[in-house]
Amino acid sequence: MSELLQFVFSGLTTGSIYALSALGFAIIYNASRVINFAQGDFLMLGGMFTVACTQLGVPLYLAIPLGVLATVVAGALLERLAIAPAGNSNVVSLIIITIGASMFIEGVVQILFGKNQHAVPSFSGETAIPVGGAMLLPQSLWVIGVAAVIVVFVGCFFRFTMIGKAMLAMSANREAAQLVGINTRMMLLVSFCMAAFLGATAGIVAAPITMVVYDLGQMLGLKGFVAATLGGMGSGVGAIVGGLLVGLLEAFVAGYVSSAYKDAVPFVLIIIILLVRPGGIFGAKSVDRV
Amino acid sequence: MLDINNLSKSFGGVMAVDDVTFEVASGTIHSVIGPNGAGKTTLFNLITGVYTPTCGNVLFSGKDITGMRPDQLAGLGMSRTFQNLRVCMNMSACENVMLGAHLRLNHGILAGMANLPALARRDAECRDEAHGFMQFAGVGQYVDAHASQMPFGALKRLEIARALATKPTILLLDEPAAGLNHTETGEISELIKKIAGSGLTVVLVEHDMKMVMNISDFVTVLNYGTRLASGTVAEVRQNPEVISAYLGTSVQ
Amino acid sequence: MKTFIRPSVLIVIFVLCMLPFAFPNAYIVDVAIRICLAGIVAIGLNLLMGFAGQVSIGHAAFVALGAYASGVATIRYGWSPLFALAVGAVGVAVLAYLVAKPILRLRDHTLTMATLGLGIIVHMVLVNEVAWTGGPDGMAVGPMKIGDWVLKGEMSWYALVACLLVLAIVISLNLFSSPAGRALRALHGSEVAAAVMGVNVPSFKVRVFVLSAVFASIAGSLTAHYNSFITPSLAGFMPSVELATMVVVGGMASTFGVVLGACLVVGLPQVFGGFEGFEMVFFGLALMLTVIFMPKGIVPSFAQRFAKRKS
Repeated sequence: MSELLQFVFSGLTTGSIYALSALGFAIIYNASRVINFAQGDFLMLGGMFTVACTQLGVPLYLAIPLGVLATVVAGALLERLAIAPAGNSNVVSLIIITIGASMFIEGVVQILFGKNQHAVPSFSGETAIPVGGAMLLPQSLWVIGVAAVIVVFVGCFFRFTMIGKAMLAMSANREAAQLVGINTRMMLLVSFCMAAFLGATAGIVAAPITMVVYDLGQMLGLKGFVAATLGGMGSGVGAIVGGLLVGLLEAFVAGYVSSAYKDAVPFVLIIIILLVRPGGIFGAKSVDRV
Repeated sequence: MLDINNLSKSFGGVMAVDDVTFEVASGTIHSVIGPNGAGKTTLFNLITGVYTPTCGNVLFSGKDITGMRPDQLAGLGMSRTFQNLRVCMNMSACENVMLGAHLRLNHGILAGMANLPALARRDAECRDEAHGFMQFAGVGQYVDAHASQMPFGALKRLEIARALATKPTILLLDEPAAGLNHTETGEISELIKKIAGSGLTVVLVEHDMKMVMNISDFVTVLNYGTRLASGTVAEVRQNPEVISAYLGTSVQ
Repeated sequence: MKTFIRPSVLIVIFVLCMLPFAFPNAYIVDVAIRICLAGIVAIGLNLLMGFAGQVSIGHAAFVALGAYASGVATIRYGWSPLFALAVGAVGVAVLAYLVAKPILRLRDHTLTMATLGLGIIVHMVLVNEVAWTGGPDGMAVGPMKIGDWVLKGEMSWYALVACLLVLAIVISLNLFSSPAGRALRALHGSEVAAAVMGVNVPSFKVRVFVLSAVFASIAGSLTAHYNSFITPSLAGFMPSVELATMVVVGGMASTFGVVLGACLVVGLPQVFGGFEGFEMVFFGLALMLTVIFMPKGIVPSFAQRFAKRKS
């Protein structure tokens, strides 16, 4: 029983990270139908900028907001310099651009910071808390807590702010949104900034657990993508449920079956789900208009 | 020729086509009209296998074709055009039309890789044939053009040429005059009459009432997915229900 | 009347023949061999991506499977290399067929996702099945033998892969202008229009997926013998992206375009090589810049510009 609980804790921790990553995918997808393959790199950048700041002697409580800010700037630059100039290219071209951007970011980070892993200290110590026979790291509480706060924040943003509502309108019908005066170019920029913010935050709270390395974003990004697709691309609730589901399943497979193949879990899962429900768990069934 | 029996299609509870029955006689021009959202294009998609009906069936020359795939229907002699152009913009105009000959050529991938003389010869013949269809549809001057270089009106005709290249016995045209000006509409009407004159059965969805009344032999009227009326042009024109549905638009 | 051999193919043959005389240098010939091998895979991937418009970013998995089929069969079971290559290609074809049936029902990003997942799963299996594959450290592979003749030396390898590249180019050009090629390209243009014209869409998708996997498998087998050592990194994300880069940068659906793409992707890092992280920056930039400024790829864009000037 305590073993099960241990796996649940570790699953919820990684699941929260995937959920934030998935939410980033969903926000950009809603605004542009683009799958942003550089989403995982936002997580890595957040962690890496924080590491860089602490190495320069900036205290952690200042390094974190600086790391988030720098990543948001990177997200904005990505949209301005790579996505916006491509204009009305088809979606596949835009996806290829984000794959290129992802490699570019990882290459630059590798040149600047090298190939080795960088450690970030835990926010409030390493002493594990015993809960029902299992051990819970304080950093896991940080991850789950921050993820929960951000999810609420994002939910309120879409429900109560004008910009949030405009973005929802845009995802429903881009042309109609433009007609009623919504600045769609601006909204696209906002969506990239938000995705970068979500990624950076997730990357930073997770950094003490995952360590930071230039290609950290590849797997985290891919799994975030799996989570988003699993839940139904574009659905906020779906992204969160998908993220937690992937995290939990991975933890169980690692614990009960084989840790070597735990990384295969999301990909096998997604192929099965897509075949049964091509729209994902919460996705609407789409009909081709001819 | 074409028997549509109690055909229905619902999208998430909304009946786009609701229990529609009518018959298309061989060698006629049969128009399907109705206000926007009446279910005309959905009906076309059901007949041509793009959508699967919720219930009801479609008989083509007495054979039940309900639920068959579009490529199977092409083999039986049914072809169509699209309301929103579906020209392959990554290919030349002529290649688009040659695509219509797909089922008559050896389309095996291995055969294509080897490019044996027999296949090359048949392909060259097919190219000449395609020129003929383009000429017939009035886009002969675009034989060497790439599809992406052609103007909208020419693309609509190119689609018709492509559909004819499958050598169908029945041709379904989805709003062939949409987006065209007065003169072009007149030209398209002539083309449709020419097609019907060559022995094909034509089913037409169209908004341009003048064109419909001019060229059709029979008319079926849809409203909110249901059949409002069906008959000859004269019968439909006098039908009080049709007049009230079209109140405000003059039917001349 | 079409001539039997296209002038453009003659030019390629001429260049391939002259190259070893122009640069009688083992290093250049080695790079040329790698370009030819990559070119064969890229031509195969182009049939799927460029012709049929189905984006795969997991294609290196099939290269790796071909390589490991050859490695495992020749080393662990003592098969002859040519037989192993053939069986490997058939095996990959069967696998691709089984995978393609469900995967190709998906579209756009979900298809991209599924091919990516396939690549990652293959990579994981190669890393973990140590008894067969030697695990992350890889395994040694013997030389290529055709009958009793052992293929050794740069020049004989070059002769072999150059011939195969020409064969691949001819096959791809033939297919492009054939009825089957038009059907494939129509899938890219409009699936529903292709279907209405009588094209069996699912069947064509599956067949072209299998075909492109076979190209990759054969080139993978040859790569294994040429390198004489293989590791699971063959199936990595990076090699898959490199392959997609060749197709996109060179020019979707353009056979000569993807060969040029292979030259650039394999050749340029050699020119500027040796700088950590540089390759990634370079490919990343190349991908972004071509899609933004030359969405059709290098060769089709220049061809278009040339045609415009002429008229």
